[in-house]
Amino acid sequence: MTTTHATEVELQIPGTYMFDGRAAMKGYALNKMCFSFNTAENRREFKQDEDAYCTKFGLNDEQRKAIKERNVLAMVHAGGCIYYLAKFAGIFGLSVQDVGAQQTGMTLEEFRKRLKAQGE
Amino acid sequence: MARIVGGLTTSHIPAIGNAVPREKELLNDPYWKPFFAGYPPARAWLEKAKPDVAVVIYNDHGLNFFLDKMPTFAVGAAAQYENADEGWGIPKTPPFRGDQELSWHIIESLVHDEFDVTTCQEMLVDHGFTVPMSLFWPGNSYGGVRTIPVCINTVQHPLPSPLRCFKLGQAIGCAIESYPKDLKVVVLGTGGMSHQLDGERAGFINKKFDLMCLDKIVNEPEILTRYSIHELVREAGAQGAEFILWLAMRGALSGKVTKVHSSYHIAVSNTATGLLVLDNAA
Repeated sequence: MTTTHATEVELQIPGTYMFDGRAAMKGYALNKMCFSFNTAENRREFKQDEDAYCTKFGLNDEQRKAIKERNVLAMVHAGGCIYYLAKFAGIFGLSVQDVGAQQTGMTLEEFRKRLKAQGE
Repeated sequence: MARIVGGLTTSHIPAIGNAVPREKELLNDPYWKPFFAGYPPARAWLEKAKPDVAVVIYNDHGLNFFLDKMPTFAVGAAAQYENADEGWGIPKTPPFRGDQELSWHIIESLVHDEFDVTTCQEMLVDHGFTVPMSLFWPGNSYGGVRTIPVCINTVQHPLPSPLRCFKLGQAIGCAIESYPKDLKVVVLGTGGMSHQLDGERAGFINKKFDLMCLDKIVNEPEILTRYSIHELVREAGAQGAEFILWLAMRGALSGKVTKVHSSYHIAVSNTATGLLVLDNAA
């Protein structure tokens, strides 16, 4: 069997995080909370008391800090899967371009320019 | 006997779900115009082909499935499929009709061919399924077509390899063509093309690789099945691995395949969009 361990892949592709079993275990509580945001009632409950909502889902300190700071890259580092994190971002009206700009340290305008430039 | 009339692929970005109801006005919008301009030839082909059934190969992004139970391959076996709130406010689409008899025929045939799929008598379908249906059947005019959702895991690694997905498509093709009813079936593969949403590499797009894929998938798909998932992630971005859904579609077409139409545009949201219409003659 020839498989590449995800850690090696991350080294080969800088800035890329394979959401594998290791990340899925680490991020389970965070991802479960974000999955709950499919429901409007849960989004409301989160907005009313973020701390209590994080406690309800058992987030660890690293995950709570990332949520508090709205720091998507820190959420990825803490085991977050982008498909669920996008539901968190949606609560604050952030698009995937906003999230991309944030993770790459660009302004939204710079990030859009870069996207467009790749088509030229 | 049932017959596969062709295959369709399209990107399924959530932002399109918001834009679709306003397509007419957005045709003059510089951001959306090059994207929507690609679709009329696909719709014209569909109007001529008049499929009775659409088998939709897509990925769920956390609406129906969560990490508590994550099937690699799941096949719908419901009379109807509903869309629901995905958390970021894209309008909910009307329900989709199923075809339970054909679903179970496909399931029986797939398991016989050693694809041990998860079967779903209840299944919410997310933008990976609904956006392509709304694009190909404008105004959500898909009421006349019955659907079979086939969901492939692209959320949690390990993902099934491009080769495995191509073989799944072949097995779906065999299943459909052994169905005794006279039905015309179209197979959809959704998602792609190159894009990456997470990490410092977010915003990665690879035009050269995408155009190569758009070309080779028509008549030399075997070349593309040699990529590993990790190579796909490297070449097409973390979420560009959705290209396995296109390969599954292509595997289902076993006749004389010709390209009817294709379109490519950078970018909608963070994604290079691709559209392909393939005719499958007996």
